[in-house]
This record gives sequence, C-alpha cells and structure tokens, in this order.
Amino acid sequence: MRKLIKPLVFVLALVPFAVLLLRIKQNNLGPDPVQELSLETGEWTLRFLIIALAMTPLRRITAQVEFTRHRRMLGLFALFYATLHLAVWLVFLLEFRWFAMAEEIFERPYITVGFSAYLILLALGLTSPRVMVRKLGKNWKRLHKLVYVAAVLGVVHLLWILRLDIGPAVFYGALVALLLGYRAWFSLKSGRV
Amino acid sequence: MLIKKPSNIKPSEITPESVYRNRRQFVCDGSKVLLGAAAASAMPSLANAQTGDSLKARAPASMQRTPPAAWWADKFADIKPAPDSEPFYTGEALTPYEDVTQYNNFYEFGMNKGDPSSNSGSYQADPWSVEIAGEVAKPGTYNLEDILKPHDLEERIYRLRCVEAWSMVIPWVGFPLADLIKRFEPTSKAKFVEFETLVDAETMPGIRSRFSIVDWPYREGLRMDEAMNPLTLLAVGVYGDYLPPQNGAPLRLIVPWKYGFKSIKAIVKINFRETMPHTTWVDLQSQEYGFYANVNPDVHHPRWRQDTERRLPQTLFSRSRIATRPFNGYGEQVASMYEGMDLSRYY
Repeated sequence: MRKLIKPLVFVLALVPFAVLLLRIKQNNLGPDPVQELSLETGEWTLRFLIIALAMTPLRRITAQVEFTRHRRMLGLFALFYATLHLAVWLVFLLEFRWFAMAEEIFERPYITVGFSAYLILLALGLTSPRVMVRKLGKNWKRLHKLVYVAAVLGVVHLLWILRLDIGPAVFYGALVALLLGYRAWFSLKSGRV
Repeated sequence: MLIKKPSNIKPSEITPESVYRNRRQFVCDGSKVLLGAAAASAMPSLANAQTGDSLKARAPASMQRTPPAAWWADKFADIKPAPDSEPFYTGEALTPYEDVTQYNNFYEFGMNKGDPSSNSGSYQADPWSVEIAGEVAKPGTYNLEDILKPHDLEERIYRLRCVEAWSMVIPWVGFPLADLIKRFEPTSKAKFVEFETLVDAETMPGIRSRFSIVDWPYREGLRMDEAMNPLTLLAVGVYGDYLPPQNGAPLRLIVPWKYGFKSIKAIVKINFRETMPHTTWVDLQSQEYGFYANVNPDVHHPRWRQDTERRLPQTLFSRSRIATRPFNGYGEQVASMYEGMDLSRYY
C-alpha cells in the first residue's frame, strides 16, 4: 500500500500539466492563450513550492515520516512548472528574441525577481540527487535553505504582476510567511539557530 | 427580369432619404397599432435587426441583448454605419464579439479577464444619470436619455491597445465627446475633463474585495483638446448592440490613441476643471502610469514591453504579434496636440 503513494503523488502532480495540454488541444485557453498559459504555469509553480515547503512541518506536526518522502519530488515538480513558465515566456511571448530576453531580465524588476527565483530552483533541482547531497555535505543544507528565498521572490514576482487587487499575492504570501514562521519558531524552540 | 436604367426610374419611385431613414419608425408604429401594447416590447429587436443591414458589424443573433429600457431601442434604430476609410474605420480583422465581451479589464467586477462578464449579472445600467459639474455654464444631473437625445449614433471601428501589450479591433456605437461638451458650454477656465465610474458595492464585487488597492471611484481624465478631438468617442454600444456591463454600459469613453485604461467605463460624472485631474492609475503608481498614456512603442512600461502587441484573438500556434505604432496608428489625427512635448517624460 505504502509503495503506491509515491506513484500516486507523481500522477496527481502531473494533472495540472495534463489539463493544460488538453486545453491546448481543444483550443480552450481563451482569446489570449499565451497569457493564460503563463498565468497557469506560474501559479502552479508557486503552489508546488508551497506544498513542498509544507512537508517538513506536516511531518513534525503529524509525526508521519511519509510526508518527507515526497518532499524532493514535489520540489522538482515546482521546478518542472517553473521551467514550463519560463518556456512559455521565451517561446511564445518573446519568440526567441534573445536580445529582448536579456533586456527584460535587467529592465523589468518583476522579471529580474522571477528569473532569480528560477535560478535558485534550478540550482536546487540540479543538486537534488542523493549523490549531490553526499558530495555537498553540510553545504547542501545551507544551499537548500534558499528555497525560502525562492518562495518569497515568487510571491514578489506575483505581487508585481497584479494590478489594482493584490488578493492572490496576499494569499500565497500568507502561506509562505506561515511556513517560514513555523520554521523560525521550531529552530528557536530547539535552539538550533 | 427588367433592369431599369437610372434615366427611366420615375422620381416618384425614389424614396426620399428622410422617409427611407424613418422606415423603421413606420414599421414600428404600424406594428404597434396592429399588435397592441404587448408587442411593443418586441419591437426593439425588430427595429434593431433592420438597422443592422447597413452596419459593418453586428452582434451574433443569439447573443443580442434586450434594451435596458424602451427608449434605447429607438435610439439604436438609426445608427450611421462606419465609413470605408480611416480614421473612423479600419479594415483590420475585427475581434469577434465573444472575445470583445468576455475578455475585459473592469476591476470593479473582479481582477481576472473573465470576471467582468461573469460577475456583472445583477448590474443595472438603467435608470442612469450623469452629473455634469465644474467649469460649465449648464451644470446639473441629467438622465441618460436626455444626455443622448440630441446625438445621432454612429458606428466606428477602432483599434484598442491595452497597456498589457494586447490589442483588439472593435466596432463601437457612439457619438463624438466634443458634441456633448459643446452642449454644456464649458467656461474659459475648463482646461481638463475628469470622468468618474459608478461605485456600487452591491452589484460590483470587485469593490467589495478586501485586497483592492484602489480608492474608488475609478477616475480618468483628458486635456480639453484631447476631449474635443474628433476621434474621441462616447460609446453606448458595441457591434451594433447595447453595451454589455463588462464593456462599460451604459456610457463609456473611447480614446483610441491612448492605452485602454484611459477609456473609462460606466461614466456617472463628467467634471470640467482648470487643473489636471488626479487619475486612478497615476495616483497608484505614478512611476508606471502617466496622465497622457499615449500608445508609444518607444516608451516601455516597467512591466510590459510596448514595441509589439498581441492582436487578439490568438491561438497558441497562430499568434499574431504585430508592431505597435505611435499613437496606436492615429498619429496623423493627434500627434500635433503633443508637439514640443517630451513624450518619454510625459508618458
């Protein structure tokens, strides 16, 4: 039974991707499909990042080790959706105008922030295999604390895109703050600051 | 079949234009007599359908709206079709009615593009009144019917360029703002015109949002010469039909050479001022939005590149990215108003 959980989580994490593929196939993305794809992949990145970050607190609260078994895979799914998000931007919005890409990264603050978050996720993804964990030793943990920086940058990136109503940024921001707060509180409590 | 040459058509066979133009009135009146008052409510669509023959664009029959009130139907019975030449017309492909009415920015109804069409069910565009205030000889609060009475409606096909770098081509129905302004006789002190959108928390869910960062009502403004420019339109319809709430019913502004947010919707107040009015976007983020907001491919917004635009609708694999033109292609008509101004400073 336990062995089934992992493949199940894997398949579930692919559902948003499958839905997007289906909507592309049915041409059901509205009059501005590029914008829609961009919003969807971006939001799923943030969701998976938050779900992955919630695993350790959930393990501590419930004392179920099961949660941490999926942490890496969920984090990699955040990277997967972030890569799609970046690809949509590069392929459909910039249409491979590389000069424009460089310009955008340096001149649009929300893209600077979003791209930085992506680089962090990429670095964490590349160092996620067990071999790398062993190789990096103590530094691995330090490096992977950057996931919180990525989450905060992701929320700022979202906040910067929103106009007139910042509800979604407040929602995801509150979740990230809650997770960060729990972590800080736990470290203080166990005296491991 | 007998085809008459112009020379042998008797003058008596030619219907005078005034009679021809009033034929719908005739049809309406006759039917009212025949069918009685019960049929009167059905008349509007009949009258409307006949006007449509000459219009360049019509809403799909299945999506046509019922008139907000009976007088609307009379008003829409006679709309002058768009001409065949620029600038009140463009031959570019029209954005379909479904997209024009279901992909909107109207934050009073929500923040997503689909929100305005799905959240505006309880919105009432009738009765409606507009307050005319400030530096005018005839201030006051007027019924919309009285506001519209002297103005003949015309169809105009304009490009609409959103600051978010997408664009549409839309057939509006309206009349020049200049004609309305002249009627209320602005004084010599009137240098700017300020507009305000309705605020009704009950029917506009976006107003109720706790995370809205706007100090409602939504405000926009124009310089007097911009307001008087023949391109500037007050619209009451789209695709030959009554404006849906999400498109700014019952009365909205269209300023085709400026980014879409200048074209304020659901207008309840027109205020003539000596000083430049505060506008919603400038008050929120003056680093990002300016008062003028003229479409300009050379001045990028901090969030969006402005040198190209996505012409909607698109599909993922047939995307129409086109170059954005200065003043949205209306430079010939408007550029002279900004002569000598540094447009990278007055963005």
